[in-house]
Amino acid sequence: MTLVRANELRRFNAGEREFAFLVPSSIVVELDGEVRSILDRLSDGPKHVGELASSKEAIEALRELASLGAVSRDGAPDVPLAELASPPVPPPLSTIVLNVTNSCNLSCRYCYEYGEDRLESPAAPQIMDEETARRAVDTLIAESGHNRRLQVTFFGGETLLNFKVIRPTVEYARRRAAEEGKFIDFSLTTNATLLTREISQWLADNRIGVTVSIDGPRDVQDSMRVFGRGLGSYDVVAPRIKELLSIYKTRPIGARVTLTAKTIDVPRIFHHLIDEMGFYEVGFAPVTSSSGLDYAIDGEGFDILLAQFADLAERYVDAAIDGRYLGFSNLSDVLGEIHKGVSKAYPCGAGLGLLGVAPGGEIGLCHRFAGSGDHDFGDVHTGVDSAKRSEHLVKGHLDHRTDCRTCWVRSLCSGGCYHEAQVRYGDRFRPNLHYCDWIRAWTSLALEAYTRILVGNPAFLERFDERKVA
Amino acid sequence: MKHLKPGNRKAEAAFEWLEAEGGEVKALQETPPHYPPGCTTIFSPGWEVDSTGGTAALCQPMERDLYDCYKTCFWPAQVPDYLNNNPDWHSGCASATQDWRKIDLIFP
Repeated sequence: MTLVRANELRRFNAGEREFAFLVPSSIVVELDGEVRSILDRLSDGPKHVGELASSKEAIEALRELASLGAVSRDGAPDVPLAELASPPVPPPLSTIVLNVTNSCNLSCRYCYEYGEDRLESPAAPQIMDEETARRAVDTLIAESGHNRRLQVTFFGGETLLNFKVIRPTVEYARRRAAEEGKFIDFSLTTNATLLTREISQWLADNRIGVTVSIDGPRDVQDSMRVFGRGLGSYDVVAPRIKELLSIYKTRPIGARVTLTAKTIDVPRIFHHLIDEMGFYEVGFAPVTSSSGLDYAIDGEGFDILLAQFADLAERYVDAAIDGRYLGFSNLSDVLGEIHKGVSKAYPCGAGLGLLGVAPGGEIGLCHRFAGSGDHDFGDVHTGVDSAKRSEHLVKGHLDHRTDCRTCWVRSLCSGGCYHEAQVRYGDRFRPNLHYCDWIRAWTSLALEAYTRILVGNPAFLERFDERKVA
Repeated sequence: MKHLKPGNRKAEAAFEWLEAEGGEVKALQETPPHYPPGCTTIFSPGWEVDSTGGTAALCQPMERDLYDCYKTCFWPAQVPDYLNNNPDWHSGCASATQDWRKIDLIFP
């Protein structure tokens, strides 16, 4: 007689109602009593179909579960690994990140560009010239295929050290895009030290998406984000950010916080940046570092971080049910992925639709790899190296990450940041095993948050139909 | 689906797909006949040929599909303009199967 088994899924409650997240499809479904009782009975192993299909309703429920792949005949083979007849054809580009400079006027103690975690070869050019930036835009357009909406992101170093190249590049890119019948959106990340009224006005007039790297209130900011001689940067950036936020109202401006072992205080940092400074959103990222550095977040640090994220998520859900948006972008990003049901074969867009360009024009997997010799994917003057992109897509595919095979968040995480892995393990294709537990706990929390909003105020989730996912 | 409810967009898409895949062909077997919106899902003789490559052995006369081009799925190239100029083009044809010879010819 046929044995039936439950496949990978996570069950969780939102009030009285119960939901399941199906792996690897990322489907979220609400379960009724009939389904719950079948899944309960399957929780300790496969059962005979006759035992489960005890009524007409139960047969129906079983059939529904099977149709979504939530249960199957025991012994049925797992979905086989993707056998690729030939290397995957790299998809058309949609985004290019220009490292317009590798120089920075700050000397943040944790910086991967300057510290011991630097990948780039030291002799590489530091400032991108106009010609290279134009070639990068041409490369994006030439490689964009059927994509009509493209994205150019300016990154650094400190981006505004090379403002004189950004301005004409935006004008050039707009003109080129118009000629090709495409649209380019621009964004930029800055540490805000060089913002002037004129620059803020220009950013606003041109609707350039702005992200400000800032770590929090004065004591937090000044402990790591310092000038060359160790002087804190808070008093320099705070008034400039306030001016930017007062001038630029038409697009939300976000803050990006690097958290270190010494500065984990999410609630206080969040309160300062949202309530006191007026940012729309704040995203937190644990510092990228090799293991053992005194500011690296490890073990206990991840537990603290999770507890603080959980508190903030709680506030987020309350606000969402109330129809308000709390700008905690880490949660928004995951909610967006859950809402769409993203199932990723690759951790991020790097190498897929996104590539980075170093100041000298070398094309890399993303801005963090651009210009790092071994990781180059061609050059804006000679073109993108498609063979290397294909090779990356073969090696980086989730199916080749054996460590991820049994993990239930694999379709959302897909192994984590290539650059983190490169810094930690010297191999960008290694999954970031040091934060697996954290990612699973965080995803669990996000799924609960998602369904609580789904129950409390489903209309709120419609905003994620538009939100871009990585 | 009765026991599971979609909770995200992926689930909605999967449910839609499953219903479309698993749904039974209803076409014109129901009473009153079920006219799905849009031509591509219509299983209606006249769009096809029979097993001999002709139209003689179709389960309904090929003329029947004339009415699929009219109102339910208006295809201006195939039927007269019934809104303005030729409202009575089919008035002599109560049943397409039997009376199709009585349909007016309209010359533009």
